[in-house]
Amino acid sequence: MKQLLFQITENIKLTDNVMRMRLKGDTSDITAGQFVNIKLDGLFLRRPISVCDCSDGILTIIYKIVGKGTEQMAEMKEGTLDVLTGLGNGYDLSRSTDKPLLIGGGVGVPPMYLLAKKLREQGKEVSVILGFNTKDEIFYESEFKALGCNVGVTTVDGSYGTKGFVTTLMEEIDYGYTYCCGPEPMLKAVYKASKTSGQYSFEERMGCGFGACMGCSCKTITGYKRICKEGPVLEKEEILW
Amino acid sequence: MVNTKVELCGITLDNPIIPASGTFGFGYEFAELYDINMLGTFSFKGTTKDPRFGNPTPRIAECTSGMINAVGLQNPGVDKVISEELPKLQKCFNKKVMANVSGFSVEDYAYTCERLDKCDIVGWLEVNISCPNVHGGGMSFGTDPEAAAEVTRAVKAVTKKPVIVKLSPNVTDIVAIAKACERAGADGISLINTMLGMRINLRTKKPVIANKMGGFSGAAIFPVAVRMVYQVANAVDIPVVGMGGVSCAEDVIEMMLAGATAVEVGAQNLVDPYACKKIIEDLPSAMQKYGIENLSDIIGAVNNG
Repeated sequence: MKQLLFQITENIKLTDNVMRMRLKGDTSDITAGQFVNIKLDGLFLRRPISVCDCSDGILTIIYKIVGKGTEQMAEMKEGTLDVLTGLGNGYDLSRSTDKPLLIGGGVGVPPMYLLAKKLREQGKEVSVILGFNTKDEIFYESEFKALGCNVGVTTVDGSYGTKGFVTTLMEEIDYGYTYCCGPEPMLKAVYKASKTSGQYSFEERMGCGFGACMGCSCKTITGYKRICKEGPVLEKEEILW
Repeated sequence: MVNTKVELCGITLDNPIIPASGTFGFGYEFAELYDINMLGTFSFKGTTKDPRFGNPTPRIAECTSGMINAVGLQNPGVDKVISEELPKLQKCFNKKVMANVSGFSVEDYAYTCERLDKCDIVGWLEVNISCPNVHGGGMSFGTDPEAAAEVTRAVKAVTKKPVIVKLSPNVTDIVAIAKACERAGADGISLINTMLGMRINLRTKKPVIANKMGGFSGAAIFPVAVRMVYQVANAVDIPVVGMGGVSCAEDVIEMMLAGATAVEVGAQNLVDPYACKKIIEDLPSAMQKYGIENLSDIIGAVNNG
């Protein structure tokens, strides 16, 4: 973990309520699947946001405007942010087979981007399923395609791509390992539908974000885990479902 | 040169700064960030007889200038604390640590304290009779003078280490509880634990926290803590450890003026992992600013003149 100052270089809308922020600073501590914890003026607790991308000292985060913190972030045009980096246990790339399947739902999509990039750099044949409720919510389809991934999109209302949930597309894909991030009902559905081992990224309301307060604990087959420290990524085999 | 040393129940602290229990784990996690030997000491994660998972999540809610937690004393139990956590701490901490203990019966408290009494690294036992987040224990001992005295007597009977009883602010008369603990043999009093609070999510119209209520802490509670430290320090002859919303070196001085011999820092550690390091580094210049040469001289000095 590092406490660092980052300079805002971009903060743009991707959809009606999803924003992308780019920040300049020391990204040396950051790996795929981790999160950063951002201090905002006038708010006591930091805001944990997943890492979408980081390279050459530029950190990219994608966040949905849901409350006071993200509303404040959405208004920012420039300035510096106090950020804790290198938080959480990210994805273990060494577990991947030659044909990994990455599944992201809603704001669970961003962490899949850096993971896809790293797996492509290793020459893996990466398939990606992006799940959204409706066409207007879709983002990053072309960015994943630009990485050379095989990309499928599902929408619940059928307004774009395949109608249904991410699991609808899973059967059509040849894959040997599963990475997944999204709302818990989606994680559970993928966990049940997946024929392979995998890693699943969880969300929980956090106090500190670095393992001190025990605010975000969960029970697993291998004992109690802190989502912010031993998580957010858990191995399929340790999840209690 | 200013002097930041204070003496707490016979043990000299290089400075009065003590990270509070539940905000600093067992210390070694923070040792990756800075040398924790710079601290006065710290109070480790509340330990019980048996392992505890604690309450269901969500356990955390944000408030204006503070937060609510309902962790519920998650800890690996005293045996694992001694066999696994304290050896890890010993590798990075060469001072005496404050052992924070909680329980659900008088026997629980005595059992846990008796085991921790045998650990060399433990300098003080901080007996938490004020956790608002567990049912059938914790705070129920801290809201009744006779029950508080009973726990104090039971713990004193099994240890020679100084016993500091940690009190709840969720009472009508905190002075009566403090006096009862002093009469029962307590070597010190620490206060305040968190204040019982609650938040409601407007979208779901349900409590934010799964346990409905939790302990409110952070800068917002500082004035309440100063008031209660002042009241208790003026009523007992044993040292008082002040805590509640302390966020900076000036807050430490204010808490000591009110009567605190040492000062614990809690919620601030969770939003700034370097909080205690910064406070310790800022303390000498803050002392100079207010004309303080010896920090121990100002304990309770609000009463002077």
